[in-house]
Amino acid sequence: MDKFQKLTGIAAPMPLVNIDTDMIIPKVFLKTIKRSGLGVNLFDEMRYDREGNELPDFVLNKPQYRSTEILVAGDNFGCGSSREHAPWAIADFGIRCVISTSFADIFFNNCFKNGILPIVLSQEQVDILMQDAEKGENARMTVDLEAQEITTSDGEVIKFEVDAFKKHCLLNGLDDIGLTMEKVGAIDSFEAQAAQSRPWV
Amino acid sequence: MSPKTLYDKIWDAHVAHEAEDGTCLLYIDRHLVHEVTSPQAFEGLRMAGRNVRAPDKTIAVPDHNVPTTEDRVNGIDNEESRIQVEALDKNAKDFGIHYYPVSDIRQGIVHIVGPEQGWTLPGMTVVCGDSHTATHGAFGALAHGIGTSEVEHVLATQTLIQKKSKNMKVEITGKLQPGVTAKDITLAVIGETGTAGGTGYVIEYCGEAIRDLSMEGRMTVCNMAIEGGARAGLIAPDETTFEYVKGRPHAPKGAQWEAALDWWKTLYTDEGAHFDKVVTIRGEDIQPVVTWGTSPEDVLPITATVPHPEDFEGGKIEAAKRAIDYMGLTPGQKLTDIEIDTVFIGSCTNGRIEDLRAVADVVKGKKVKDGMRAMIVPGSGLVRAQAEEEGLADIFKEAGFEWRLAGCSMCLAMNPDQLAPEERCAATSNRNFEGRQGYKGRTHLVSPAMAAAAALTGKLTDVRELK
Repeated sequence: MDKFQKLTGIAAPMPLVNIDTDMIIPKVFLKTIKRSGLGVNLFDEMRYDREGNELPDFVLNKPQYRSTEILVAGDNFGCGSSREHAPWAIADFGIRCVISTSFADIFFNNCFKNGILPIVLSQEQVDILMQDAEKGENARMTVDLEAQEITTSDGEVIKFEVDAFKKHCLLNGLDDIGLTMEKVGAIDSFEAQAAQSRPWV
Repeated sequence: MSPKTLYDKIWDAHVAHEAEDGTCLLYIDRHLVHEVTSPQAFEGLRMAGRNVRAPDKTIAVPDHNVPTTEDRVNGIDNEESRIQVEALDKNAKDFGIHYYPVSDIRQGIVHIVGPEQGWTLPGMTVVCGDSHTATHGAFGALAHGIGTSEVEHVLATQTLIQKKSKNMKVEITGKLQPGVTAKDITLAVIGETGTAGGTGYVIEYCGEAIRDLSMEGRMTVCNMAIEGGARAGLIAPDETTFEYVKGRPHAPKGAQWEAALDWWKTLYTDEGAHFDKVVTIRGEDIQPVVTWGTSPEDVLPITATVPHPEDFEGGKIEAAKRAIDYMGLTPGQKLTDIEIDTVFIGSCTNGRIEDLRAVADVVKGKKVKDGMRAMIVPGSGLVRAQAEEEGLADIFKEAGFEWRLAGCSMCLAMNPDQLAPEERCAATSNRNFEGRQGYKGRTHLVSPAMAAAAALTGKLTDVRELK
């Protein structure tokens, strides 16, 4: 997994609430058996017309947001389906950080598996960042995971919380399975004990 | 010992390792797999030279992509869908996991097949790369959806890295009124709490109205826990649960059944256990409901009118404007004046035998309105067979419904069953998101009885008013 340490980049505003994973990556693109190449279809139905032409009003199609690396989004981002194709598409587009007042649980977890940092802030803080993002390509925010700080284009600093284990994995690009394999002894003994106490499982 | 919730008890029984910061390795008893969210996980195993740790606890079935027409015996036309299903065929064989291929009568939607075959049992941990895994919570099993990286993690280690969620209680008191079903309960709860109201929680549903539900109804309620944002939904197992489970192919037998039963009977929330959030709804107050917008929280009683965006607050004002526009509605319009083109009955929410019986009760001896596309897609091959044996299929066909083979079908429209742009559907499924049932398609979520009523009249209809 790619490490996430410190990122300075363009932030795009998407104030709509309840952006679901069907919006992030519609089902027609779930038929792939690969993880890569989904960025071109990120937000497909909002981003293109039926003929595949870009819709100029959609934020990521505007010239100043084409190289977006940070998304500032409305409440409950990533709700709905568990499809990991959603964070795959986001990462493939080049977005490595999403900021909102809340995220759906499965999407939130999926982000960390793919080198994406989801940040939960208060409504007031998200409003500040949303306004900053509205400025377009001049608004280059910095997200520093080690320091747990976001710095706006005006130099305002906003602190954020992140789970210590998830932070460690993201900073170092660690593979979950490899980490769990180190605890295989605990799994073996749990399994042996469960076979005694709940043999029907 | 301090009193525990049902969730606490199941959680505690499955922690294989706990780190100092509370990060746990949660042991997984059942891993359900389908073709859409698993190919990259199996590929990951191959690339790392890893095996499936517990193939006997891993069950796979193709459901999302499979056509539901009789001609599917000739294979799947869509190349990408075919490749995905073939990949699952191969992965199941290569890794030696339990498998129900398209040709097997037991094939169906993964969340219907699991309980039907007795794979899902009380007190288990159950995961699947699918958000509607919450369904299995109806058995008092801790069940939730996971992403593909986590699918790979469970395949390789039979555990998940988890932190415990908070406890939330949703109590439905008293009795339901005639015409009100499990689907109306679960939609009404989301209408009350919002789609993010359960975020960070595991919900336990309780109260007389929940106790009175069959297993099918309980599965409908838990299925949509995810639509309320919760990690999982749970209902404590009782005699209704044990009766349903007993004798299923993979349920314990003989002495093991007795031992299992002894443990299952301890799976309830202790008196005085702490809940971080409590929501109580009077069963008598729940009406047959319908969604008007593009989020499952956009719920109103069928007797209501389309809301005005200014009725809402904050970010929801813009979302409501967008939803009303997308749905082609007018604020103030009566919901019962909304005309529909399509009726879809099926899905992991409402594709079980009881749902089909409810539909048959409404449509028996009547006709689907002229020009309407009305489709019934049973949740599994066995549900289909049972419906045929009970004479339900004949009732459906005589009424003018298409009677399909099992699969996810138009719930998410990955197979050929889709809405055309601006087509309007009354659906018994679980999501009314933009584009969910087809590009620019419009979905109104309802119960099976309400979908049946809509099929007869061509409009959203209060099933209680149907003559």
